[in-house]
Amino acid sequence: MASQLIGAVIAIVLGIGFSLFYFAGTNWALDHWLGDRSDAAGNRVSRAHRRESIRPWLFIAPALLILGVYLVYPVVETLRLSFFDDTGEGFVGLANYIWAFQDGEFLLAIRNNLMWLIIVPSASTGLGLLIATLADRVPWGTVAKSLIFMPMAISFVGASVIWKFVYDYRGPDAEQIGILNAIVVSLGGDPVHWISLPFWNNLFLMVILIWIQTPFAMVIFSAALRGVPMDTIEAARIDGAKPVQIFFKVVLPQIMSTVVVVWTTITIIVLKIFDIVLAMTNGQWNTEVLANLMYDWMFRGGGDFGRGSTIAIVIMVAVIPIMIWNIRRFQKEEGMR
Amino acid sequence: MKIAGRYVTGGQVAGQFLLLFLVVIWTLPTVGLLISSLRDKDQLIASGWWSALSSTEITNQGRTGTADDQVETAGGYEIAGNLLPEDSPAEIGFWSDNINDITAYEAGQSAPVDDTGAMTVNADGSYSWVSPEPFTLERGERVFYQAFVPPIFTLDNYREVLASEGIGRAFINTATVAIPATIIPILIAAFCAYAFTWMSFPGRNWLFAIVVGLLVVPLQMSLIPLLRLYNDVGATFGVEAKSYLGIWLAHTGFGLPLAIYLLRNYIGSLPRDLIESAKVDGATHFHIFTRLVMPLSVPALASFAIFQFLWVWNDLLVALVFLSKREDQIVLTSQLRELLGSRGDNWEILTSGAFISMIVPLLVFFALQRYFVRGLTAGSVKG
Repeated sequence: MASQLIGAVIAIVLGIGFSLFYFAGTNWALDHWLGDRSDAAGNRVSRAHRRESIRPWLFIAPALLILGVYLVYPVVETLRLSFFDDTGEGFVGLANYIWAFQDGEFLLAIRNNLMWLIIVPSASTGLGLLIATLADRVPWGTVAKSLIFMPMAISFVGASVIWKFVYDYRGPDAEQIGILNAIVVSLGGDPVHWISLPFWNNLFLMVILIWIQTPFAMVIFSAALRGVPMDTIEAARIDGAKPVQIFFKVVLPQIMSTVVVVWTTITIIVLKIFDIVLAMTNGQWNTEVLANLMYDWMFRGGGDFGRGSTIAIVIMVAVIPIMIWNIRRFQKEEGMR
Repeated sequence: MKIAGRYVTGGQVAGQFLLLFLVVIWTLPTVGLLISSLRDKDQLIASGWWSALSSTEITNQGRTGTADDQVETAGGYEIAGNLLPEDSPAEIGFWSDNINDITAYEAGQSAPVDDTGAMTVNADGSYSWVSPEPFTLERGERVFYQAFVPPIFTLDNYREVLASEGIGRAFINTATVAIPATIIPILIAAFCAYAFTWMSFPGRNWLFAIVVGLLVVPLQMSLIPLLRLYNDVGATFGVEAKSYLGIWLAHTGFGLPLAIYLLRNYIGSLPRDLIESAKVDGATHFHIFTRLVMPLSVPALASFAIFQFLWVWNDLLVALVFLSKREDQIVLTSQLRELLGSRGDNWEILTSGAFISMIVPLLVFFALQRYFVRGLTAGSVKG
């Protein structure tokens, strides 16, 4: 254990030391080997131009190398593997894709992912906006936001434990220690095994992610609401608009671009949702989602890399429109700079 | 309506109640976990955490002494002792020698038992069984009781989970993963972000567009190729495929796009004149970066560091794929997930284990919330 901690410290020192050595060393070498020199006639020849055309590449090389190995190469390789068999050796054409769209488990995962995609981003965005708006108007708004913010720091697995405890089920004769069943029983109902309740159990898992993502939406909207000019709101108020009207007709249109950013960010998180499903049900009781199914196939029966890659590609395809939109948005912003 | 000297409309009051309700929903589950983790484990399963402050009712049984324990008294013979386990804070309310009628007698009441003499059981568990004839019983008589246990709060659950459920070791492992994986990307990303902002080179815009694209690439795309790559590297060089070095580099790779993006936005917002005048004074890019830009970028570096630290600390998927589940490599999230499977009903272990896994992120989060929010606002496009 001690050696492990020492190992970590050495890694930090070596990591930073090596990076510093690389950046300082290559810069020194560049200045040294491509320094200005005198030609045969004794005139100084500036090689600054050549130096400065090489230097940027020295600055970005380590980042490009790591991005290449850890993100760009895998994207290409995963696409390739999706056309190969379980070992990644034999070419099978579209067989994995044909398998996927005939496999009940995969289709179930698609259905569930679609439900997650509709419900979680809309609920988180809506609730986040509601909380940000309400908190703006009350004196204890900052405290409220701080408290609601907390789940953002909690891991998906930690949140799963928290909510599994909320959903805890004991037989009808036992004392309920899960708060949800305790409420149901105190209202005269019978305790319910929430996590295996057909169809609705998906919703109970989504609640966990909504609980984590709403604070994110709230923070972003809080900042955006502060950017809405007061005089537009005042003008509407003088014209006799009600608060709800002001919100939907004056405030909301002005923060629409933020709503879209928050929505898409949560959408991407939802597409990759894995930890919560793994920890709560591991896909049992019809709660399977794509990322969990993919993880399952990576190791099931020694691992089927072809099918795993195919499922990853399906997730990627769903992300591509957002990716393109992101790049476009970035390029537009650059144009305005 | 007038509240605290200010006129408040009905709508505003409704708004306050709604907000209060939402705050309760967002905090209650965590509060329940924290309270439960501090409760005695027998009480934890006997009553809900919301009744943690009231006494718990338990039914149990104890055994009296045997004939060997009897002492001769003036009036006959007596067996005395205590039915409750040692140091038990419980108070007996009712007792009986008949399992079908546990509440037959009140504490302090005297009643005939086993046709031989009379027994008195007191609230503190002490009993006295007297008989004019000598006792002959070879096994102690079973006495059933219903007792009330006052609330007990204890750190025992934490002690147990840290020592014997692997959470203590997993905590160290998680720190081993998270700290280097947070620090290593910073310098690499900062140099890259500087070049993207203040140096000109062919393909700069499009390389950066690729970085923006990589922000949202799902982690799932990287898992299988990297797993294969690591296995190959491990086999070729005769080293372990699952290692801390491997996961540090993986987290570095996955964190880099956000780091570059955040830092570029920040470095790009530094005043152009500052950089230009340094250049005029003859400073090289390397010096401008190390002496001027790095120190000025500390807030952005902090934002990213917090973000990356929380992300790595809370990660499960990357750890599952790139580390083994051996004792010397398993991280907190992974260990917690194992406990959910193997000790699913032992809430004293799950609640305290979960809370230990949350302590560091919560501390970082509350101490550095300002930086965290800034990073969040700036980097809200990350996938």
